[in-house]
Amino acid sequence: MNTEITIAGVTFKNPVMTASGTFGSGMEYSDAGFVDLNCLGAVVTKGVANVPWEGNPTPRVQETYGGMLNAIGLQNPGIDVLIERDLPFLKQFDTRIIVNVCGRTVSDYVEVVEKLFDQPVDLLEINVSCPNVKHGGIAFGQHPRSLFDITKEMKAKAKQPIIMKLSPNVTDITEMAKAAEAAGSDAVSLINTITGMKIDVHKRAFALANKTGGLSGPAIKPVAVRMVYQVANAVKIPIIGMGGIANAEDALEFMLAGATGVAVGAMNFVNPYTTMEVVKGIEEYMQQYGIEELGEIIGAVK
Amino acid sequence: MESKGNDLKKKETARVYKQQQIAPGIYDMWITTTLAERAKPGQFISVYTQDKSTLLPRPISICETDLANGRLRIVYRVAGKGTSEFSRYKTGHRIDVLGTLGNGFPLEKAEGRRVFLVGGGIGIPPMLSVAKELKNAASVDVIVGYRDKELFLADDLAQYASVHIATEDGSVGTKGTVIDAIEAERLKADVIFACGPMPMLRAIKKYCIEHGSQAFISLEERMACGVGVCLGCVVKTREVDHHSHVKNARICTDGPVYDAMDVEI
Repeated sequence: MNTEITIAGVTFKNPVMTASGTFGSGMEYSDAGFVDLNCLGAVVTKGVANVPWEGNPTPRVQETYGGMLNAIGLQNPGIDVLIERDLPFLKQFDTRIIVNVCGRTVSDYVEVVEKLFDQPVDLLEINVSCPNVKHGGIAFGQHPRSLFDITKEMKAKAKQPIIMKLSPNVTDITEMAKAAEAAGSDAVSLINTITGMKIDVHKRAFALANKTGGLSGPAIKPVAVRMVYQVANAVKIPIIGMGGIANAEDALEFMLAGATGVAVGAMNFVNPYTTMEVVKGIEEYMQQYGIEELGEIIGAVK
Repeated sequence: MESKGNDLKKKETARVYKQQQIAPGIYDMWITTTLAERAKPGQFISVYTQDKSTLLPRPISICETDLANGRLRIVYRVAGKGTSEFSRYKTGHRIDVLGTLGNGFPLEKAEGRRVFLVGGGIGIPPMLSVAKELKNAASVDVIVGYRDKELFLADDLAQYASVHIATEDGSVGTKGTVIDAIEAERLKADVIFACGPMPMLRAIKKYCIEHGSQAFISLEERMACGVGVCLGCVVKTREVDHHSHVKNARICTDGPVYDAMDVEI
């Protein structure tokens, strides 16, 4: 039984990764003794920009039925701190390192990927849900042309293989996936959060200071699975699927829909042991059904 | 490198030892849990509902611990779906908890100094474990502010220090706020440990600036992860924070207790 997967020539010991923004750079869950990072296929770090970003005013998080809204606003300490503090920490472990990259302009992204050129990082995940200041706040990933352009620039400047992280807040996600593929992206990851809102009826006010936020957690899983399926049938590049994964069965759903890798996000907050349980559960499933390698199930449901 | 290497926390299925309502909407629960072993005054635990439509942990301050019996006590107000569910638990009911979280109060700052332990409303419970564990202070005055004559935990606190009461409706003690009680009774302190609503904490900060005392205040903010990764529960800091590299600190991890002068409230 072999749980390995390969994306853009990089081999992972298993398909299980962390969803950016829900796991820091792994220090907290590791130091707490919740997760042995050596067990994971990859750690995907919180989005990092070229300079520290302060993020949004609070409240930044709110619970919703079977999920949560977040409007953190991509607070991060900047690429220099990630390189100096977080990468040496992650290097201690036998797991792949994927750095998630944010920016306000294309040149911001380029500055980050250039600084990561000689760093011990396996892949880069490009967050295109950052509002693009040059186009009036529309996220890079909501317009196929800007997605194509930024992907092309990333491929031109980065050393590591590129994963474009797709926003679901679009009319047709396959159009976005195709734009990323056409521009040379090595893989795509989806879904990012779905824009949502909560109103406090007693305060008669928005529950989040930012008014809207991104919905994540089990509530979004059916949308995420559907989008992974659609994208898997529109492009040839591999997919990392995520959206409400709480256990191995959820992860397997994404793989059957067409995902090669899977990421656990919001459910880390509910059960900090989730990632390790998903790894174990996938092994048990393979055992139960006599599956020798994961290629047998990836995209098997057509 | 900033990894602490060993900052052990645990999520476990614990059991309710006993629970009772001690004031309208306020519940007092003892939980049998190994988390009691690592609890420090001012820390909190994340409490999870069984109802999975309400996913996120509810952060609740630790009120007291009973190490000999492996139990800790929480006193909380029913504020929504989660706390409403907890209030229905009886002895033996399963309760999922994660902890222990946060930095706790710096009790060593009290050594040789005159101390106020200030609690406002549902901020009062954590002050009990502070009162219990405080050592070597020159003097300790507990000042607690309530809405009305429902003086939950006042008797418990009285076992450890003199308790001075303020009630908004004037039914017991000084009419008004904890600051009114401090002034009415001419109390003095060098250092203050406080927990309660934001207006109270702001008043304490102002009091400290006027009197040259130092205050350590316990803050709260909407949380998701409770362990320092999601960056939901931040407070603005006066200086750039050593972890975030911006002027924000994580209340669940860098706090909840801060020197009042270090945070923008």
